[in-house]
Amino acid sequence: MKQKTDVLQGTLALMVLKTLDVLGSLHGYGIARRIEQISGDLLAVNQGTLYPVLLKLEQEGAIASEWGASENNRRARFYRLTREGRKQLQLETQDWEQTAAIIGRFFEAKAEDLS
Amino acid sequence: MKSLRRFVTRMVNSATRRRNDERLKEEIEEHIALQTAENLRAGLSPVEARRQAMLKFGGVETAKEDYRAERGLQFVENFARDVRFAIRMLRKSPGFTAVAVVTLAVAIGANAVVFGVLDALILRPLNVPHAESLWGLERGPDKAVNQSYPDYLDLRDRNRSFEDLAAYNVTQVGLDTGNNPSDFWILEVTGNYFDALGIHPYLGRFFHSSDEHGPNSAPYIVLTHAFWHSRFQDDRSVVGRIVQLNKHPFTILGVAPPEFRGTLVFVSPDFWVPLVNQEQLEGVNVLNARGNRGILMVLGHLKAGVTPAQAVADLNSIGFYLEKTYPKDDGQMTFSLTRPGLTGDWLGGPIKAFLTGLMLLAGLILLAACANLGSLFAARAADRSRELAVRLALGAGPMRILRQLFTEAMLVSLIGGAAGLWGSVVLLGGLSVWEPLPTAPVHIPANPDAKVYVIALLLSLASAFLFGAVPVRQVLHTDPYRVIKSGSITTVGRRVTVRDLLLVVQIAICAVLVTSSMVAVRGLVRSLHSSFGFEPRNAMLVETALSMAGYRGDAVPTMQKRMIDALETIPNIKSVGLIDRLPLYYGANSETVFSDKTADLRPANGAAEAMVYKVSPEYFDAARTSLLAGRTFTWHDDKSSPRVAVVNREFASKIFGSADNAIGGYYNADGSRIQVVGIVEDGKYASLAEDPQPAMFFPILQSPSSQAALVVRSNGDPQQLAAAIKSTVQGLDAGLPFGIHTWSHELESALFPSRMATLSLGVLGAMGAMLSITGIFGMAAYSVSKRLRELGIRMALGAQRKEILQAALGRAFKLLAFGSAAGLFLGILASRVLASIVYQATPRDPLVLAGVVLAMSLLGLLATWIPAQRALSVDPAILLREE
Repeated sequence: MKQKTDVLQGTLALMVLKTLDVLGSLHGYGIARRIEQISGDLLAVNQGTLYPVLLKLEQEGAIASEWGASENNRRARFYRLTREGRKQLQLETQDWEQTAAIIGRFFEAKAEDLS
Repeated sequence: MKSLRRFVTRMVNSATRRRNDERLKEEIEEHIALQTAENLRAGLSPVEARRQAMLKFGGVETAKEDYRAERGLQFVENFARDVRFAIRMLRKSPGFTAVAVVTLAVAIGANAVVFGVLDALILRPLNVPHAESLWGLERGPDKAVNQSYPDYLDLRDRNRSFEDLAAYNVTQVGLDTGNNPSDFWILEVTGNYFDALGIHPYLGRFFHSSDEHGPNSAPYIVLTHAFWHSRFQDDRSVVGRIVQLNKHPFTILGVAPPEFRGTLVFVSPDFWVPLVNQEQLEGVNVLNARGNRGILMVLGHLKAGVTPAQAVADLNSIGFYLEKTYPKDDGQMTFSLTRPGLTGDWLGGPIKAFLTGLMLLAGLILLAACANLGSLFAARAADRSRELAVRLALGAGPMRILRQLFTEAMLVSLIGGAAGLWGSVVLLGGLSVWEPLPTAPVHIPANPDAKVYVIALLLSLASAFLFGAVPVRQVLHTDPYRVIKSGSITTVGRRVTVRDLLLVVQIAICAVLVTSSMVAVRGLVRSLHSSFGFEPRNAMLVETALSMAGYRGDAVPTMQKRMIDALETIPNIKSVGLIDRLPLYYGANSETVFSDKTADLRPANGAAEAMVYKVSPEYFDAARTSLLAGRTFTWHDDKSSPRVAVVNREFASKIFGSADNAIGGYYNADGSRIQVVGIVEDGKYASLAEDPQPAMFFPILQSPSSQAALVVRSNGDPQQLAAAIKSTVQGLDAGLPFGIHTWSHELESALFPSRMATLSLGVLGAMGAMLSITGIFGMAAYSVSKRLRELGIRMALGAQRKEILQAALGRAFKLLAFGSAAGLFLGILASRVLASIVYQATPRDPLVLAGVVLAMSLLGLLATWIPAQRALSVDPAILLREE
């Protein structure tokens, strides 16, 4: 049986960074929702896998976190992008676009182009 | 940078776990609450909304585990957890832990000790710069290390292979630094000794070849650092001080560095003196006697680029020249090279063979210990199969479980190794300050170095893997479903298991050890009761070196006669004899003898090589050497009468064909024609293990010797006469250094090798026996406990005691018999090596064979006693109800 796209940790990390870049400070649930909305049903992610990624990013210094109040007025952990994270996002976006461009060109190439 | 920061954070997190777990828990709760609220808004029922939220989140525990893995260092944390768990498990079964640790401590300790000695005596080179290019010379097919001084000079000056050749001798001198004459062991060395070895002084200066200008021209002393410390209390002003050596003034030139203690590994001399002063030191001068091979050893560094083979060819061509030029004195002048330190193959060979053998046996002990522990661990894993099954069922991978088991094995092994190492360091330390012989400066420089520690660590790790690996297959094949359903599974098959095999191997190894130690003990007992050709009991020895007190020429025999006469007047002393060098005392002098018909007296034409002793007329009586035919000497056999000799039976039959022909017969030796006047019994001369050797005795008045021991034969305990003997000798000359021992005490040195061999083999044998007891006990006890239910049923069905025992222990006994037989066979093979060290060590001795069989059966009986009792005390009613 063919599975829905398996989200690699690295990709997920990039999505998290981009989400925080666009929306500013956000709690875990918010990030998960946002990723879900954008990717639609194509990306079925166990929301639980998000937390190890957040932790890793925080340990790397790309994001920072603090306690705050959620929409229903309960304590929630809010994550935001640091300066270092913004730099990292920039770099990885470039990388990603480059990779995507190369792969895209390969797919477009036809046999006669190579002869 | 990034990964480093992360690593540090993770390390910190590993240490502070709790707080962060709380944070995650809270985050997850909040996440699910938000999702549930969302779902409620979408119109789901509260229960369904929460269920959907949970589903969407995925496995909470998995997320937590991933989170933890991300946060801390998984490997370190798991390891720490494994160690904690292992400690808990080991604490829960202290009996098992104690047995395992003690077994390993003993086995690893034994290995470390043997390796320490091996390292000290054989592996570690002499402590000189560039020790790898330092070689000693051996001569002839017998690999003799001794040379004559004129030959040494020719070898030194004519060779083109060595940077320089030095030579040394070991001797004893009397040193007087004030008014305290006492004797010390020294190395007499050639002037170039320190320069050739590349040693530089710690203090003052050394003597050089430029200091030598013929006999007695270099009255200098260089002290060892240890002697300088103990005798002169590190006094730096000793340099230049004049002291008396054998009543001659000698100047102290300097002190050697502490790490250099001479060129004989097992002898620590007190100081060095130039060999050219030999006459002052030993009373005789053999510097010009080409036939007198009194130099203990010649050694030197090879020139760069010269191979040992090239050097040997070079030396052999010089040898050929010497044989041609001095046919009367030099024969068999072919050479080979040897590592210095142990005086070549003469002593090095047997020591090397013995220590290698011992190392092998110690290795076997460790192997046996590992086999033992392997089956213990396998049994433990089987007992824990339920726990293992539960862990497997909860999702632990087999690797995770194996890692846990290995951690346990490693922990036991490291604790055992550390204990063993501690014990061996203590033992080796003791060994290196131990002076085994009362009359010689022999010691084993076995201070443990880094190598010993590394070896112990490696052995611990290796053994952990060896015995830890035994239960691996068992764990990998555990089927949690079956185990949990039916309790621990016991396969009481007839098939041979790894455990059985291990036990057989272990018992075989132990039987080898028991066999060799019994062979050695028997050999020692025999050598103690064999005939030495003299009677050491009830005899005192007074050892004097008249040359140390300044006696020269005719004064020597006169003084010796006076001492004999004076001692004979002491009541309870039966007779007093004098001999130049005691039999069985640090080697022996031998000389080539020729039959009367031989005209050309070159060594190659010799009829035999005979031991030479110079004795006073009363010696045979005092030593209790029985006269078989003819007469002994009188005080009239002196320089003015024709030369005579008393020979032993072996000599008579070798030179003359029979004792009858020998009496009155003539032969040539020592450059003269000698008549045989008496024949005495054979004895032991150089070593206890030797075959009968020809020996000849010359009257002391015809062949004087200033080095001599007086044999004082007494009625009853000679120890009580020591004081009287002492005052009598001192009454004759207060300045004469001398030593008094009982002869039995003196013989310690001759018995030392076989004593050591027997002791070490005995210890290893005892260890082997201990290991086989624990091994068999473990196996028997385990098999009884596993089969208790079966035994109960058998008993309920009416089985007799005999049948129960057979069912419970038959297998253990079969394995024991099989292993013992294999071990006995191997032990007999191994004992051939022993024959070279321990006198009359032969494995084909019915007593040894019977002894091994008896010992192994006793061990088996002892080890199975408790399990057998347990099997017999089974109460079927209680047992069957319980299960």
